Amino acid sequence: MPRTISVPLVTRIEGDAALDVRMRADGSAGVTLRISEPPRLFEGLLVGRRAEEAVDITARICGICPVAHQVTAMQAIEQALGVEVGPAVRALRRLLYCGEWIESHALHVYLLHAPDFLGYDGALEMARDHAPIVKRGLEIKKAGNLVVTVVGGREVHPVNPRVGGFYRAPAPAEVAALAEPLRRALDASLETVSWVAGFDFPDLETDAELVALRYPGEYPIGDGRIVSSGGLDFPADRFEDEVAEEQVLHSHALRASLRGRGPYLVGPLARYALNADRLSALTREAAGRAGLASPCRNPFRSIVVRSLEMLYACEEALRLVESYEPPDPPAPIRPRAGTGRAVTEAPRGLLYHRYDLDGAGLIRRARIVPPTAQNQESIEADLARLVPRHLDLPRAELARLCERAVRNHDPCISCATHFLRLDVS
Amino acid sequence: MKRARPRLAVFKLASCDGCQLTLLDCEDELLALAERVEIGWFPEATSRRMRGPYDVALIEGSVTTPEHVTRVHEIRRASRVLVAIGACATAGGIQALRNFRPLTEVVSAAYPTPEALVLLDTATPVSHHVRVDHELRGCPIGKDALLAALSALLRGARPAAPAHPVCVECKRRGLPCLEVAHDVRCLGPITQAGCGALCPSFGRGCYGCYGPVPAPCLRALVRRWSDLGTPADDLRRALRSFNAAAPALGGETGEGRRA
Repeated sequence: MPRTISVPLVTRIEGDAALDVRMRADGSAGVTLRISEPPRLFEGLLVGRRAEEAVDITARICGICPVAHQVTAMQAIEQALGVEVGPAVRALRRLLYCGEWIESHALHVYLLHAPDFLGYDGALEMARDHAPIVKRGLEIKKAGNLVVTVVGGREVHPVNPRVGGFYRAPAPAEVAALAEPLRRALDASLETVSWVAGFDFPDLETDAELVALRYPGEYPIGDGRIVSSGGLDFPADRFEDEVAEEQVLHSHALRASLRGRGPYLVGPLARYALNADRLSALTREAAGRAGLASPCRNPFRSIVVRSLEMLYACEEALRLVESYEPPDPPAPIRPRAGTGRAVTEAPRGLLYHRYDLDGAGLIRRARIVPPTAQNQESIEADLARLVPRHLDLPRAELARLCERAVRNHDPCISCATHFLRLDVS
Repeated sequence: MKRARPRLAVFKLASCDGCQLTLLDCEDELLALAERVEIGWFPEATSRRMRGPYDVALIEGSVTTPEHVTRVHEIRRASRVLVAIGACATAGGIQALRNFRPLTEVVSAAYPTPEALVLLDTATPVSHHVRVDHELRGCPIGKDALLAALSALLRGARPAAPAHPVCVECKRRGLPCLEVAHDVRCLGPITQAGCGALCPSFGRGCYGCYGPVPAPCLRALVRRWSDLGTPADDLRRALRSFNAAAPALGGETGEGRRA
């Protein structure tokens, strides 16, 4: 029976992390997910920069979800400056964000996660036996990237979004040309849902409180109130009142938990548990065929939820393409002192930004809480629950199962490392 | 023993993952590329690991910790051809903004116990530490440049690197000059081409993702920007963004880099 399991480099996640599991004498497992990437100190780098620069700077937190950071930063800064954006800007941002959901979910479902279920080292190895399937995934990913490119200028670190709106509204013909690839991506996403629903899922149930946004009439992406499976319901402005970031002294890592309640989980499982009624009829039918009830608390099944969200995002993007109206150019920004906060649903879950601005329009303080910071404790709790049940497995196989349990949550170490430190004892 | 296929590795230091993602974003070419090379090390894409030496190694990210210094030397020793990809690996990246301020000041804004961090005072390009055979600029790098470089290296040729500024790309695309015609502040005249004049095509001045051209004429830029009424602080911020540790920018901004 293995006493310790060590995975020095967890593969197929964004960024570098290591995993240590130690069996205790009482049969429980002590788990540490170590972040082996150094912090890049964004909150410090933002101090003294112009408020509007945060849109370009925070994109660089993460190459996989730059749009999430850009939209959250813009909305927080608009709140601080008292800038209102109209429905056309909101709709175009939602289209941009849908593109990122499609691209990011397709990356995770096909390239990072699915190889676990089919027993391959990665998607490129999987492609030798399943080329049409991997090509289908790449086709969906490409459609998402195309949306981000047409609206934002390029797929990684878009240049077009700005505080108040966009530098240039895409021409109606450019946007209309997205419909065809999105329709193909929608069909491919439907096939994806049936494909992943047939995988074999290890038993595991998270008991974490599930936290997501909720918005009238829409599956939440760019705005909404924060709600939880435990009955919490508060506006984004109160995020820091409800969420505590604590420093765990032995690990020197900051972890988020709900004040007076404990660890929680954000991301696809939480969104689906709290917003299944907001999905389109098409997506709900696909969920029914896939046999996926809401809530779903098995993190291994998150691949099914991610596929459903990808389907929804394709459908929603198509709707936004068909109803596209070019937004007006934004009004010039007038600096003023104030604080702005925003929460959006990054592909991996809740993302919080806050900026304190001075009268000259400079950032005095910034605070960014990415989804992976919020999920770290729940990921470790999954492992602590999983490992004692599988001690009969050979060590290498158990280590692989542990890696899979980490991958279930699509952790983004690049996002998390602005505050997690390198060496954990 | 000669290998049938060249062995490729993808490494990362301090970075956002966006440049290695650019490889996975080559949706139309990825599977064909995977046929032509043997992927020996690419933890974001595969759990399969093979030892070096690697025929071609791509490295993203800048050197920010003592451990990075050790690793970058190990990577150099294991790589026949080492290609630094992106603004972090070639010019420090956004995290090199900390090079201009006391580290504790920057750290304490993000982290309550700055003294517990094991970080170097500066974020530096890979070439600061080891010999680099080729550099791909950009924040992020461009797909076409990446594919062109890989294809050149795989047939043993040296990849071409543009040395002209973004202005040339504007002229090629027939875009009117934003700075001349619309008084928009633009870093195009001092920024290396590669993006295809992306920002100007969106009516936005270039903000310097690809870093400075060799010997940028900062004096002309400073004169034009002051004619446009640019405060000195705004000019300094514009020059200090994603390629702040590029040597060509350090000298002429009036304040040398912190030692």
